[in-house]
Amino acid sequence: MKYMLLIQTPPTSDPTTIESQCTVEDWITYDKSVRDAGILVDSHSLADLTTATTVRVDAAGERHITTDGPFAETREYLGGYYVIDVPDLDAALDWAARCPGARDGSVVVRPVSDEY
Amino acid sequence: MGERAAARASVEAMFREEYGRLLASLVHRFGDLDLAEEVASEAVEAALVHWPVDGVPDRPGAWLLTTARRKAVDRLRRDRAYAARLAVMQVEADRAVPAPPPEAGDDLPDERLRLFFTCAHPALPAEDRAALTLRCLAGLTTPEVARAFLVPTATMAQRIVRAKKKIRQARIPFRVPGADELPERLPGVLGVLYSVFTEGYAASSGPDLQRPDVAEEAIRLARILHRLLPAEREVTGLLALMLLVHARRDARTAPDGSPVLLDEQDRSRWDRPMVEEGLGLVPVALTGGPPGPYGVQAAIAALHDEAADAASTDWPQIVALYDVLLALTASPVVALNRAVAVAMRDGPRAGLALLDELADEPRLRGHHPYPMARADLLHRLGRHAEAADAYRQALDLAGTDAERTLLRRRLTQVTDQH
Repeated sequence: MKYMLLIQTPPTSDPTTIESQCTVEDWITYDKSVRDAGILVDSHSLADLTTATTVRVDAAGERHITTDGPFAETREYLGGYYVIDVPDLDAALDWAARCPGARDGSVVVRPVSDEY
Repeated sequence: MGERAAARASVEAMFREEYGRLLASLVHRFGDLDLAEEVASEAVEAALVHWPVDGVPDRPGAWLLTTARRKAVDRLRRDRAYAARLAVMQVEADRAVPAPPPEAGDDLPDERLRLFFTCAHPALPAEDRAALTLRCLAGLTTPEVARAFLVPTATMAQRIVRAKKKIRQARIPFRVPGADELPERLPGVLGVLYSVFTEGYAASSGPDLQRPDVAEEAIRLARILHRLLPAEREVTGLLALMLLVHARRDARTAPDGSPVLLDEQDRSRWDRPMVEEGLGLVPVALTGGPPGPYGVQAAIAALHDEAADAASTDWPQIVALYDVLLALTASPVVALNRAVAVAMRDGPRAGLALLDELADEPRLRGHHPYPMARADLLHRLGRHAEAADAYRQALDLAGTDAERTLLRRRLTQVTDQH
């Protein structure tokens, strides 16, 4: 069963989280343990939210391109994700709890749908 | 009721006891709650047809399980896509938890503990956990569960469907947490049973103060859990607490339906055998390790149940137990109850001072026992105008007609003296 772990990063403007609890080493260790466990399907961390661009197409077929601007990171945002393949939700929750992102922000666990 | 209907009702009552066990075995065997529910009810229907004709089999539980299993296999034969999906799930589940060796000599092993933990899983919304537990383990129908929580049947049906869908799609496992996880997971299961009990003990809304049938379902579930986990002291504590409180049910309501508080109850109307059973469990719940919140609450209930009246109650001991409970739970409701106990030990002025310290507590805002406790102490201090104001506040907040009747009576008493 595949689950996506969405790593929610707290706003950088939040003074309580300016000093991140997790180090780069924590992330390297976690990443290695996911790979070593043989459960990794896919994983990426995303570039700064300031680099994001949003596209919408309206009823007339016209494109609207927006960006959140330089002060985008004032709320929790998606900082990266893992897709893992584990037997059940308890296993997925265990991996989410071990993720450094769960200490700095939160990790949302979403099952990958097997229905079309 | 016709003879046939009467026979059906008695058989159904018996099935209610067997249902959780049957369902749990089927879930364990097939790994799917929907399929298990479907074939469990089909097996019950089959029994209602065959048993009146052929007689009740020697081992009704085994008969039901065999019949249900056969129906499940038929169903899976007809629907191969479904069968394939279940087979994949089963293989993955076995990868997660190696199957325990079959218990020798027991043809119907009790798998209900798994189901308790699944129904109370923290990934389910809190309101769904109790509903699912009543549905799957107490064997209540959806309309019965809806009545227990005073919501429309359609709302409850949606809630149960939603919860089962999450179990299936997010694959919440049917498993008993390991010893290392148990301290984290067991309080969730106990919390579900306690919330059902509380709904029966003090209905949150509606015309009736208490609904003993709902409280009794909670006790029945706590007894099952206690049999399954005899060494878990908090399970023992919760069962003891429920028994010691439920024993007072007949004395808690006046003829007009209004509540009679502990100090005014006719203690001869307490259910003595139930008190004795609860008292017997308290020492077990409190020995062998640090006390848990349910064990301590049971100990407090036991001191009340042992006392002949309010005056001879061991208030110093009760205050001491509330101190322990406060250290364990830091709940403002516990602080409120402690203040009332202090008022009994040291007088109303001491209690009122503690209550006033809780005035800004957000979790007591909207909780009618707070202004009511203040009003009672103000009344005892002869501050009638302030007491009347506090009773009026409590009246605005009380959720049931029965509570409002009591509060109106007390308000009349203080305004007469004013």
